[in-house]
Amino acid sequence: MEIAEELAKQQRAISVAEFFEKNRQILGFDSAPRSIITCVKEAVDNSLDACEDAGILPDIFVQIKRKGDYFQVIVEDNGPGIIAEEIPRVFAKMLYGSRFHTLRQSRGQQGIGISAAVLYGQLTSGKPAKVISKIGPNRPALYYELIINTAKNEPEILHKGEINWDQPRGTRIELEMGGSYVRSRRQSVFGYLKNVAIVNPHTRITLVEPDGNTELFERATETLPKKAYAIQPHPSGIELGELIRLLRYTERKKLGVFLKETFSSIGSIATQEICKLADLEPDRSPQSINHEEAKRILAAFKNIKVKSPPIDCLSPIGEDLIKASLEKEFKLDFVATATRPVSVFSGNPFLVEVGLGYGGELDKEGRIDIIRFANRVPLIYQQGACAITHAAESIPWKNYSLAHSNSLGLPTGPAVLMVHIASTNIPFTSESKDAIADLPDILSEIELALKEVGRKLRRYLARQSVLSERSEKEEIIRKILPSIAKKLSEILGENEPDISSVVAKIMGNLLIKRVVDQKDGLLSVKIDIENHSELIRSFKLHEVLSQGASSVMPEAKLIPMSDGYDHYWKLSLSPNEQQLITYQVRLGTKFSEIVIEGIEPEVVTGARVI
Amino acid sequence: MAKIELAQDKLIDLARSLFNQFQEGVVPYIALPSRTKNNIEYSIEDDVWVYGGQETLRSVKTVRGAKTILKTVHMAELLIKEHLQNNRGSTLREIYYISENWKMAKFHEQAESDRLIEDLEILTGLQREDFHIRPEEYGAAVFGPLKIKEQTRRGERELHCQEDVGEAGYKIPFNVDNVKFLDHDAKIVIAIETGGMYARLIENGFDEEFDALLVHIKGQPARSTRRIIKKMNEELNLPVVVFTDGDPWSYRIFASIAYGAIKSAHLSEQLVTPSASFLGVQPSDIVKYDLSTDTLTDQDIHALRNELTDPRFKTPYWERQINLQLELKGKAEQQAFAGKGLDYVTKTYLPERLSEMGLLK
Repeated sequence: MEIAEELAKQQRAISVAEFFEKNRQILGFDSAPRSIITCVKEAVDNSLDACEDAGILPDIFVQIKRKGDYFQVIVEDNGPGIIAEEIPRVFAKMLYGSRFHTLRQSRGQQGIGISAAVLYGQLTSGKPAKVISKIGPNRPALYYELIINTAKNEPEILHKGEINWDQPRGTRIELEMGGSYVRSRRQSVFGYLKNVAIVNPHTRITLVEPDGNTELFERATETLPKKAYAIQPHPSGIELGELIRLLRYTERKKLGVFLKETFSSIGSIATQEICKLADLEPDRSPQSINHEEAKRILAAFKNIKVKSPPIDCLSPIGEDLIKASLEKEFKLDFVATATRPVSVFSGNPFLVEVGLGYGGELDKEGRIDIIRFANRVPLIYQQGACAITHAAESIPWKNYSLAHSNSLGLPTGPAVLMVHIASTNIPFTSESKDAIADLPDILSEIELALKEVGRKLRRYLARQSVLSERSEKEEIIRKILPSIAKKLSEILGENEPDISSVVAKIMGNLLIKRVVDQKDGLLSVKIDIENHSELIRSFKLHEVLSQGASSVMPEAKLIPMSDGYDHYWKLSLSPNEQQLITYQVRLGTKFSEIVIEGIEPEVVTGARVI
Repeated sequence: MAKIELAQDKLIDLARSLFNQFQEGVVPYIALPSRTKNNIEYSIEDDVWVYGGQETLRSVKTVRGAKTILKTVHMAELLIKEHLQNNRGSTLREIYYISENWKMAKFHEQAESDRLIEDLEILTGLQREDFHIRPEEYGAAVFGPLKIKEQTRRGERELHCQEDVGEAGYKIPFNVDNVKFLDHDAKIVIAIETGGMYARLIENGFDEEFDALLVHIKGQPARSTRRIIKKMNEELNLPVVVFTDGDPWSYRIFASIAYGAIKSAHLSEQLVTPSASFLGVQPSDIVKYDLSTDTLTDQDIHALRNELTDPRFKTPYWERQINLQLELKGKAEQQAFAGKGLDYVTKTYLPERLSEMGLLK
């Protein structure tokens, strides 16, 4: 026998389940604490997807119990339940699912997650998964004990029966597994569920931890997220191989019909245009299109204007709810949000939503926190490998008022950044779904969204700093300057110096000072007006005297009053301009306070403002 | 008495100028030379490093500036009314505690009040001793063939720094002006960084054998230590050598004795001994004597690089030595000589090194 023939004998197909058995790390079961989180995540994802499909407000109960050397993970929902025939395959067959072949936003896609959790439990504890499901109040609750036959990737039912269950409807899964339970800030069951609550504000989650501690994540809204509908692939970004595959297997008989029916956003006019550009007859059979012609169609896709993909295949959270959830989970001074329009990568529509929380009780020193979500699922591992992190690191945050040392890594400051990417197909870097791949289209959309919230933050902080500058000046003027003046007078043994003109300068105010001297039996009066602000100041200055004044420079308008004369001047001073008014009055003339008319009181020092 | 009046007048002038700024409508400010290594320059006249022309302004325009000026005014009042008018004094630390009652003008840490006192020295051209402010610790110690007279609060004392003192030597008072040199048989002053090496030289009788005045400078030398070294150099006409560990921090000790410290460059003329030379441990000694070393830490390397850009170290000698040390990646303590025997440093290293420097005939 030849060597090749010898070797061929050993070749055989590998079952997915077997493959997983040997490579569990790629599905997120690489460490003891993480394995429990992954199990909870897979079960909760399924519950949320099911509830959304059924239009039910999710109420999810999660409990982790210690059981000897093992942990028991229980996840129970109020979802629609699963019919008897489906239960074994949903939980105990890998790559079995309803969502892989449709283009719409959902958490689970490949049908690996929950069966991988079942397999992990089976491998580490040797115990089967216990599933209860009930599809309506008058239907029996079904109870299954399941394991996966790894060689065949088929479910094996160890036990099957009916059971008493007090829920009207829903699904409950119990898994026993090896692992360890940590309660850290972020990479924990608690941290994961907290983030689930942020991004699914319509969900109520109850968590019971091994020590009996109970955490409730209450819902922030009673409104279900908009349902995501399945759509056809979008022409922009589709690849040649995919187009050739669609052409070959379509049931359509004519190219024109094929184009219109297979792709979203292509109508009759676009179809005609494409055929014309590609120089192909619309009645050609799609199967007859050769490689060269397919290339021309692809080129035509790029050269015509196609509508954006319909957004109803996606279910964004919405800016109001992002704001509400961030405010619910963190104490914040300010939240900025941004939603990008739907965009496309490789024929898959996606959109980016961002929330930036600032201030409040967030840590002022450290790097900002970034919470990442893909299709409403929190991503808690491999932050450094994720497109969201890379986009956030590439933003020149200094331009947006956040401290950013050497423009490397994430900025520092009291901020929390939340980024959600919704798509019919999230491009993860690996099957464990920890990080989103660095696709240029996605990166640039995230960057645009981040810059938008950055601009909003910068505006907010600029407004704050004007306020704080004003209050800083108030402190100088009201407390520190008078203390300095007092001390100086104590040291020198003199009266306190007049600080009013320094005050006006610091406040950027209009300063008015009147100095009265006695000269040749008359009172010689000098009014000094200085504009320390950065604006032109136009106003009227009134000087009410018991007697009329003489030698008035510049000339004043005079209005006789019951008890004297109102002398007034119309003045206009540029920034830093000084104006002098001089006049003389007889001894014994009574003065009143100088009155300014026509500008805001807070910018005037040394006179009354009307 | 004249000195007290001078100090008082200078402080009152400062208060007067702030007072006048208010009256003239000038936003009050105080200008000070900026105290960084980029603003020290070599004074040919005095052969020392002094502050250059860069100024920083303390203005009441900002809360910080306004508070600093308020503190300055409080400090001036304390010095005039408590210290000078009553002929009393306080230590740097006591002043920090006195400020507890100054409300808004209270210091947050002693470093802040120390800095303000240095500012006042710069503004008035006087020294803190003139304001009756003294450091916590008295300066370092002297051992060697020198007879002195010290004016103490309890009368005059005359002592010989070998015969009338214990093994620790004569302790230098904080005000060096109170010390008079009466007589000596010394040929050289050796300033020594560590207590261990100072004691080693005394134990080995180095002061007697080589007619040396040993000064223990205790790490970064206090002002009084630097002043007594300068006084020995000028009044007794003795050469000064500095013997420290072989690491970047020790070179700074030498620099503060021979060139002037960045923090107190305003006092360089009073404190610096320009003719002092560096004895060792030199990086080239590490090679020549095959001394055992410790690896340079990141901070050491950073400090050495910093020195390469420090104008005070911009000489071919220092550039050669510092670059050599960066190559060696090692530093040696004075005590490293003990690895070759307890007498090695006094019998071999110092005689060789002093002849090399032309200081031993």
